[in-house]
Amino acid sequence: MEKSDAVKKILIVDDDIDLLLQLKMQLEAAGFEVISAESLEQAEKRLKEVRPDCAIVDLMMEHMDAGFTLSYHIKKIDSSIPVIMVTAVTRETGIEFDRTEDGSHSWLKADVVLAKPIRFEQLQHEIKRLLKG
Amino acid sequence: METLRILITDDEPGMRMAVTRALRDFVVRLPEVEGEVGFTVDDASTGEEALKKIDAATPHILLLDYKLPGISGLDVLEQIKTRNMEILTIMITAYASLETAVTATKRGAYDFLPKPFTPDELKHIIRKASGRIILSKQAKRLAEEKRKVRFQFISVLAHELKAPLAAIEGYLQIMKSHTAGDDIASYEQIIDRSAIRLDGMRKLIIDLLDMTRIESGEKQRELSEVDVNAVAESARETVLPSAESRNITIDIHSDASVTMDADRGELEIILNNLISNAVKYNRDNGKVDVTISHDEEKITIVVTDTGIGMTDEEAGKLFNDFVRIKNQKTRNILGSGLGLSIVKKLAQLYYGEVSVSSKPDVGSTFTVILKK
Repeated sequence: MEKSDAVKKILIVDDDIDLLLQLKMQLEAAGFEVISAESLEQAEKRLKEVRPDCAIVDLMMEHMDAGFTLSYHIKKIDSSIPVIMVTAVTRETGIEFDRTEDGSHSWLKADVVLAKPIRFEQLQHEIKRLLKG
Repeated sequence: METLRILITDDEPGMRMAVTRALRDFVVRLPEVEGEVGFTVDDASTGEEALKKIDAATPHILLLDYKLPGISGLDVLEQIKTRNMEILTIMITAYASLETAVTATKRGAYDFLPKPFTPDELKHIIRKASGRIILSKQAKRLAEEKRKVRFQFISVLAHELKAPLAAIEGYLQIMKSHTAGDDIASYEQIIDRSAIRLDGMRKLIIDLLDMTRIESGEKQRELSEVDVNAVAESARETVLPSAESRNITIDIHSDASVTMDADRGELEIILNNLISNAVKYNRDNGKVDVTISHDEEKITIVVTDTGIGMTDEEAGKLFNDFVRIKNQKTRNILGSGLGLSIVKKLAQLYYGEVSVSSKPDVGSTFTVILKK
């Protein structure tokens, strides 16, 4: 992050409180301001109070499609907010799920899809890339 | 009504007709399995024809003449054996000697019907064979169901064990790469959370061992006169630190000394589970009341909390393996999902039962009845 920039706000949403804490700690140490939410409901509430610069959303929370719904709402509020979707779908089902492969996932309102477990360096790299663009 | 296929193989047309007529409208009632069995009858005049028909549609019961014009009844038996088919074969023979009986039994025959026989003798043997077929069908179904339940149990168990491992792995990764920054306080939080997840895992394993021991019946039960109040008191003391940290009171109400012949360890598991649940799912500053009463036949333990409660639908599935009510209110509460299933299994050892009544946001009352 360049020093002249204001501190960037990142919304992280995951129903796994350990993963949420892990992300929060690392993102804060990397100089971001973190807004965390454990559910779709909490995230929607937070979105009314603050406008994040980037959002990291778990695909499957209490409802199978909570992540989809949330990213759709974020894009509706401001389509320029980058959304990073994280998912354990590949690990749990073996189904490849990659947004970048072709245009077939255009219905998926996410800029990047990352498979769990997330490598923090990769996440940080994606955040930086998305915030620049 | 279940329908079984019978194939009668005999070179005498009169015999084939008589058997077909006797069994066509015959119905067997099997009170032991609460079932009725009817029959469809097909016939063959030679062993070759029988094998063709068996290949086209495997009968459940084969009535097989010993002496046939082409290949013999024994040859047919041999063929069935090599094809590994499940057919109950009843040999019909006029030459019932010990020797033929031994040979046929060796080749897989189920029973014998010596010629000449009456329709009643025929029906008697068919009734016996039907009972056997239906029972073995049921046993197979049960074994299959058991296999499925076991498989499901193991899948869920694997998932429940993997989740804390993934969390701890994540924390270790952060510690190794120092990505949580230079503030030592952050790392303390990491250690605390890891310890909590490890603790949850340990509890799951202990519950699992308890349950396996109860289910296998391998656990040595030591029955002696047990003071139920004292067991409740020691369960209270075990849970007290976590209750006090959230300002929850636990009171035991019992107007007399209550004793029963029981395994102390089992009563401890029951009371520990119920009281610790009542604390875990309570609100801060809440209350837990444990009431123990008895009469000549039974002991009743009632544990009431002022906690988050649950809907009737949630309460309905509560006593099954790995059922945890997952919602916003329970998300931060750790549990194996086996505790109440264990309580139920233990209560059954005392010919007792466990039930729950609950109201969301008001609280739950668990009642365990143990027969003396």
